[in-house]
Amino acid sequence: MARVDVRKTYKLYIGGAFPRSESGHSYEVTDSKGAFMANAALASRKDARDAVVAARKAFGGWAARTAYNRAQILYRIAEVMEDRRPQFVDAVYRCEGGSTARANKVVDEAIDRLVWYAGWADKIGQVTGSANPVAGPFFNLSTPEPTGVVAVLAPQASSLLGLVSVIAPAITTGNVVVVVSSHQRPLPAVTFAEVLATSDVPGGVVNVLTGDAATVGPWLAAHMDVNAIDLTGVAGDAELARNLEIAAADNLKRVRRAPAAETDWSTEPGLEPMTWLLETKTVWHPIGI
Amino acid sequence: MTQTTTTAASDQFADVTASDATLRRFLHGLPGVDQVGAEARAAGLGTRSIKTSAKEFAIDLAIRMVDLTTLEGQDTPGKVRALASKAMRPDPADPTCPQTAAVCVYPDLVATAKEVLGASADSTTGAQVNVAAVATAFPSGRASLAIKLADTRDAVAAGADEIDMVIDRGAFLSGRYLQVFEEIVAVREACERPDGSSAHLKVIFETGELQTYDNVRRASWLAMMAGGHFIKTSTGKVQPAATLPVTLVMLEAVRDFRAATGQMVGVKPAGGIRTTKDAIKYLVMVNEVAGPDWLDPDWFRFGASTLLNDLLMQRTKMLTGRYSGPDYFTLD
Amino acid sequence: MVSTGSTQRVSTGSITGGFDYAPAPESRAIVDIKPSYGLFVNGEFVDGAGASFKTINPATEEVLAEIAEANAADVDAAVRAARRAYARVWSKMPGKERAKYLFRIARILQERARELAVLESIDNGKPIKEARDVDVPVAAAHFFYYAGWADKLEYALPGNAHSGVRSLGVAAQVIPWNFPLLMLAWKIAPALAAGNTVVLKPAETTPLTALLFAEICQQADLPAGVVNIVTGAGDTGQALVGHADVDKVAFTGSTEVGKAIARTVAGTDKRVTLELGGKAANIVFDDAPLDQAIEGIVSGIFFNQGHVCCAGSRLLVQESVADEVLERLKSRMGTLRVGDPLDKNTDIGAINSAEQLARIRELSAIGEQEVAGERWSPPCELPERGFWFPPTIFTGVTQAHRIAREEIFGPVLSVLTFRTPAEAVEKANNTPYGLSAGVWTEKGSRILWMADQLRAGVVWANTFNKFDPTSPFGGYKESGYGREGGRHGLEGYLKGTE
Repeated sequence: MARVDVRKTYKLYIGGAFPRSESGHSYEVTDSKGAFMANAALASRKDARDAVVAARKAFGGWAARTAYNRAQILYRIAEVMEDRRPQFVDAVYRCEGGSTARANKVVDEAIDRLVWYAGWADKIGQVTGSANPVAGPFFNLSTPEPTGVVAVLAPQASSLLGLVSVIAPAITTGNVVVVVSSHQRPLPAVTFAEVLATSDVPGGVVNVLTGDAATVGPWLAAHMDVNAIDLTGVAGDAELARNLEIAAADNLKRVRRAPAAETDWSTEPGLEPMTWLLETKTVWHPIGI
Repeated sequence: MTQTTTTAASDQFADVTASDATLRRFLHGLPGVDQVGAEARAAGLGTRSIKTSAKEFAIDLAIRMVDLTTLEGQDTPGKVRALASKAMRPDPADPTCPQTAAVCVYPDLVATAKEVLGASADSTTGAQVNVAAVATAFPSGRASLAIKLADTRDAVAAGADEIDMVIDRGAFLSGRYLQVFEEIVAVREACERPDGSSAHLKVIFETGELQTYDNVRRASWLAMMAGGHFIKTSTGKVQPAATLPVTLVMLEAVRDFRAATGQMVGVKPAGGIRTTKDAIKYLVMVNEVAGPDWLDPDWFRFGASTLLNDLLMQRTKMLTGRYSGPDYFTLD
Repeated sequence: MVSTGSTQRVSTGSITGGFDYAPAPESRAIVDIKPSYGLFVNGEFVDGAGASFKTINPATEEVLAEIAEANAADVDAAVRAARRAYARVWSKMPGKERAKYLFRIARILQERARELAVLESIDNGKPIKEARDVDVPVAAAHFFYYAGWADKLEYALPGNAHSGVRSLGVAAQVIPWNFPLLMLAWKIAPALAAGNTVVLKPAETTPLTALLFAEICQQADLPAGVVNIVTGAGDTGQALVGHADVDKVAFTGSTEVGKAIARTVAGTDKRVTLELGGKAANIVFDDAPLDQAIEGIVSGIFFNQGHVCCAGSRLLVQESVADEVLERLKSRMGTLRVGDPLDKNTDIGAINSAEQLARIRELSAIGEQEVAGERWSPPCELPERGFWFPPTIFTGVTQAHRIAREEIFGPVLSVLTFRTPAEAVEKANNTPYGLSAGVWTEKGSRILWMADQLRAGVVWANTFNKFDPTSPFGGYKESGYGREGGRHGLEGYLKGTE
């Protein structure tokens, strides 16, 4: 008699734990051919609220880590991902379709992107900061600091590479994230959350909500304790994007607008995915004896 | 009176002046001075615009605050007599011109100056032009205490009304604060006359050698606690001499000392103040930092020589409406 | 206080009266204010199609001039002129040539400095001393600084040195009334250096120096349409930032209007920078250089009548020195000279408008009701006409009080206390704003710790209210986004070509 396999329950990732949705809702996730894969937790506004609380709690500690330490942790994420390559390849292949060769390439790129961003942690300040030669006897230094809690609506199509490409720049710069995964392709995000949970990333630094950006997004956009929102995941829905941006104005969140169509994630990102999440702090001090 | 107030202040600080260690703790516990901030404040006060009646007031006040000074190896009785005459009648052409506060000379010329100034009561204010003598191995202060005290007693005996002593900067900079303190106390005692009265003691820091405003503030408290009647910036022999920010720090010190003890101490910037414009900046600073109580020759002096003629020229300009020239003022 | 030591002195006589500074008014003969002003569009002054309004001298309530109120059609004409100038002239001009126009403007600002300072003082109410020593020279310095960037833009965005950068197009700029010329310079200089053209709206209560700046653009032979000035109030500003052909919106002003602008531009491709309100903490530790700290507190809240977004409006003083600091502060405030802005010895001038004065009075009245401590101002006689408010402090304020939370934008200081560095940080950061902060302590490592912990775009340590063209300025949280000044200030006006 064949052994009955043990199926995995896909849950949310909030504050370092894997809870079910507070609402008790889940939704069916199908593969690229429409076959049932699993049930995923359907994140509610209260899950979003809990995730923001968890993120805010984690922010101070994460931002205070040395850049070297954050770099090591991002590199550790890449290591653990590499270790679980087959699982990611399988998830990407089943969710996104295409060939296994493509899925392999996407996973390679996702891991490499983490390594790339790991290296930025202790360099971005040098590239974007400045010593300012003011016209007086003052030491004057501008340095970038993380903006805080970032709500990220992850890309819908690119369920892993796209996801990594929007999370990594935020956390490497010391921000913390509440990310809403691809609605139709949430499983790689959950697997990624499991990697995060075992990669020395402190709980709450990345919080993963599976579900619909159109329902959770407005709560995050209007949340007064969220500092920035990345609208990448609503690319193509101009009306929703505009409404989210309007809601974000309530506390002047930094907004990364949605592109008209989803980005090609395979190209090198440049600095912008990090710089929009940085606040420049300028410190003055007199120079005297 | 002198004794009572001094004793009162000494009592208040008896614990502080008990040892080098306690003195150091106290002086280093004073609020620090941020150089840039202090200089910006001084420069800001320097932008006050003093015009018309305020300028007339300031010029006459500044003249009355001048310690007309000659401290050269080449000084002679003749030179000092001329200087003293000028102090009594700065503008011979104008009897309404006030006298200066004092003439300031080396101890050996005190008697000469005193001869000329003996009956110098100002016709309007009744003020007398005092004789101030530099003492204590001026300007370096590099002599034994016995010699410094003898130097002081000699000047007082010759009739000096005021003694301008120098502190031992070497001792100060090497942290021997108690030595500096005790030396000031000793010189102050040497200023006493047989009749129980006392010459006034100005304590010169030579701020150009103390280098930092923190040191200026500490030296100010040290001198005030030791009973100095005046604190004075410089000998005029070291650059930089008096500056606005140094004087600012000293004015803050006398203000704070009065708040702490009820006792007023005078301030004398000396050296480098040459123009009316400069002098007025100092007076603005006195007015706004220490307060108007200090706007009096009893509490503020200028140690200067060339300043007086510029004040006189500006005074004449204010009165006549035209610019004057150096030929119209005496060079003594 | 009576001196107790004076009797021991050998009297040299004393006839000292008070040292009363005689009036020292700066002459206003140097400015020539016309009875009415039109809009500056496409290099010329033109009549507006809309209504007009009056600008007054807030120190006297005297009407200074009649100003055109640009309506939507006027704004459209200005944006079209800017677009034309962008497409035909300015975006094509080599950077080194653009630079020379900016250098020219900087020089003319220096040459006409006194005129600008007097005009600014008259229209705004600020002391001539500040207009003369801060607003005008710093404005000129901004043009001088950004002029030099115009032909070096490929170095302005990190990572784009080889791929190249380009300008955005037409910038819509709306500025406040607190530093009319200086805010104009902060906006126009980087925009032009980066190769954009601009339509700028000065505040309705302070249009005159912007209009004089328009004349300076003519003197500099700046190509027509590169700078356009439209005067008016909120409706004009809305028409400008909402205009479909604007590529960039830059606003300095209230957080409320900033949010409205953020909503207006939602869903568009317009780039936005916002410099908004603040409620800065000025934190004084017990080991501070006290005399300098007092100066920093005074300049922090009384500079420019407290009409400063980065004003140090919350004094957080360590409990152990609170009484001493307050005593020294009060005594220092007693020397502040409030009155005629054109008098060279005036420290505090007029409140900019009747509306602003009403707001300051309202919040102060609320403070008086809710705060258990003291409301205190030094004795000072205020002029009968014009808008005046004495320098004021409230003691015993807590974070729960409205005057500790809301931006008053006037010479009103709330005094709070703290016990530990952690408590100071917690209180300082406990605000939706995050523009600036001050720290006073002689301990170096504590300064750096505090600077690290404070969530504010500018941290002044042992100094306050310092500005420089090379130094980025701007806020966290609801104080806005984007930076002005320095290399960072160019980022809002450039994009990579990729």
